[in-house]
Amino acid sequence: MNRPIRPSRILVHLALILYTVIALGPILLILLNAFKTRRAIFADPLGFPDARTFTTIGFDQVFAKSDFGLYFLNSLTVTVVSLGLIVLIGAMAAWALTEYRFRGNTIIGLYLAIGIMVPIRLGSVSILRMMVELNLVNTLTALILVYVAQGLPLAVLILGEFIQQIPRELRDAARCDGVSEYRIFGSIILPLIQPAIATVAVFTMVPIWNDLWFPLILSPGDGKQTITLGVQQFIGQYVTDWNAVLASLTLAIAPILVLYLLFSRYLVRGLTAGAVK
Amino acid sequence: MADVSLHGLAKSFGPVDILRDINLTVDDGEFVVFVGPSGCGKSTLLRIIAGLEPVSTGEIRIGGRRVNELPPADRKIAMVFQSYALYPHMSVYKNMAFGLKFAKTDKAEVDRRVRQAAEILKLSALLDRKPRELSGGQRQRVAIGRAIVRNPSVFLFDEPLSNLDAALRVNTRIEIAKLHQELGATMIYVTHDQVEAMTLASKIVVLNHGRIEQIGAPLDLYRRPCNLFVAGFIGSPRMNFIKGEVQAVSGRRLSLRFAGAEIDIEYLGTALKVGDSVTIGVRPEHMAEPGNGTIALDGQVDAVERLGEASYVYMKLETGDDVIVRASGDVEVATGSRYTAHLAPKTIHVFDASGCSIQVEVRPVEGF
Repeated sequence: MNRPIRPSRILVHLALILYTVIALGPILLILLNAFKTRRAIFADPLGFPDARTFTTIGFDQVFAKSDFGLYFLNSLTVTVVSLGLIVLIGAMAAWALTEYRFRGNTIIGLYLAIGIMVPIRLGSVSILRMMVELNLVNTLTALILVYVAQGLPLAVLILGEFIQQIPRELRDAARCDGVSEYRIFGSIILPLIQPAIATVAVFTMVPIWNDLWFPLILSPGDGKQTITLGVQQFIGQYVTDWNAVLASLTLAIAPILVLYLLFSRYLVRGLTAGAVK
Repeated sequence: MADVSLHGLAKSFGPVDILRDINLTVDDGEFVVFVGPSGCGKSTLLRIIAGLEPVSTGEIRIGGRRVNELPPADRKIAMVFQSYALYPHMSVYKNMAFGLKFAKTDKAEVDRRVRQAAEILKLSALLDRKPRELSGGQRQRVAIGRAIVRNPSVFLFDEPLSNLDAALRVNTRIEIAKLHQELGATMIYVTHDQVEAMTLASKIVVLNHGRIEQIGAPLDLYRRPCNLFVAGFIGSPRMNFIKGEVQAVSGRRLSLRFAGAEIDIEYLGTALKVGDSVTIGVRPEHMAEPGNGTIALDGQVDAVERLGEASYVYMKLETGDDVIVRASGDVEVATGSRYTAHLAPKTIHVFDASGCSIQVEVRPVEGF
């Protein structure tokens, strides 16, 4: 099985390796420097921490000076609840839009497609006004509502594509079996689009977790900050506590990494579905 | 058990008419096959009976009860799909039990029915497998099993054999026939394969362009096709068609001229005049043996297909008509040589210019 290695393959791999380095570089830099003294961070930003430069002062600072646990919980709540709602509502909408022909079907589909093209941040001012009217400023609910709106269009699109690939005869068979439409959705459609749900989860989860914009304008108040916003308190106009910033960023990466690993098995399956069959 | 009747059924998708004026009665316990070329509406008709497709006009009755407004589950039907439509994430057992679970059937009863169906279909050893671990034939049997456990009055089959290989198709065909014997249920079966139709059906419904062309027992359709379409569709290889002309008419006797020969037949006495053009149909299997009163037709052999028990001789007559002759397996004939076909006047079918048989009366469908 010794196939000759073609130059084109080498090029492809070079490109992929380069991309990996670029993608992972900053994360590695954060991890490395989170465990180094301030002096070492600036003297040798690329060096590994050794016995002389190793310190956990950043982490101590984070836990001592800020309410890190609360920020973390806020972020987790917002992300998990938004994700749950996006997947649930998205799957139901996708099912309705692909399965049933009704008046306005196409219009709603197009309306959702526009949601993908127009960034939700363009509406920041109106969203803020609306939240003020609704008395939702400085609540996690405000964030969750915005993130659900932000994530739904893509979710509906991806899930709709997948649902369309499920053979019509499967649904017909279930209908002949006397299974209700809700059951068909719950017992047949949902299990079969798991890979797509994982894909949607990964694609929507990361931007929500990392978002700074909406937490900053909608719920900057005490006790409601998310982790990305919480980190900002260590970044000052004149002095930045780099140890603390890097330490909290390190901690912030962890949960998203865990969630990603959880979903990635399905993600790969989702992306390659149909190819292998 | 139940009979199925369709009254003045029509279906259109927007401006396109899929089915027109379908009237049909399927008796209790009958095995009816809908056959026709692809796009003739036969699958749509089946889906309408199943309740998966609404009708535009007309009435469907199952067991004497109007079911137009009933969902599929309440029509006491079970359907077997071409792609089997097994739930990929469920085991064979769950696939069969799935529908019953929601019909609020007692657990022990579900188990009994599934195991009984598995027994009938020799699936008992496979109950814990997932569909992807099964062969095509096994999947097909699971799909049939899922239909059996529902204990339906009417079984609907939508081209169930077309995804199987040739050998398995013959086996499964026989198994379906046996199943019909055993269960005695009404079965409606859709196929485009006329061999399946001929072998399985107690009654065949030939469809074309959304219309019923003819309804009848298999041999009835074979012997007395009422129009050119049915004549050409039933029988393999298809019936030979030769152009002819009316020479003389006297009462119910008709004198025809075709391919350089002249022939006298009896006909229904429809309005035919001397000089009218007609189409003569002769089946390949009725053209080989010389016999009493047969007409000899000379021609050049274009090709010979040898199947062992028979040979198909493709020849061009002097008049330019192409015909196929089913000759004996060891017939001595070679491509390019001359061959003489013999046809018995009794075996020919005659169709008028509009394609209707002038020998077979088109009877209205019984009961209407």
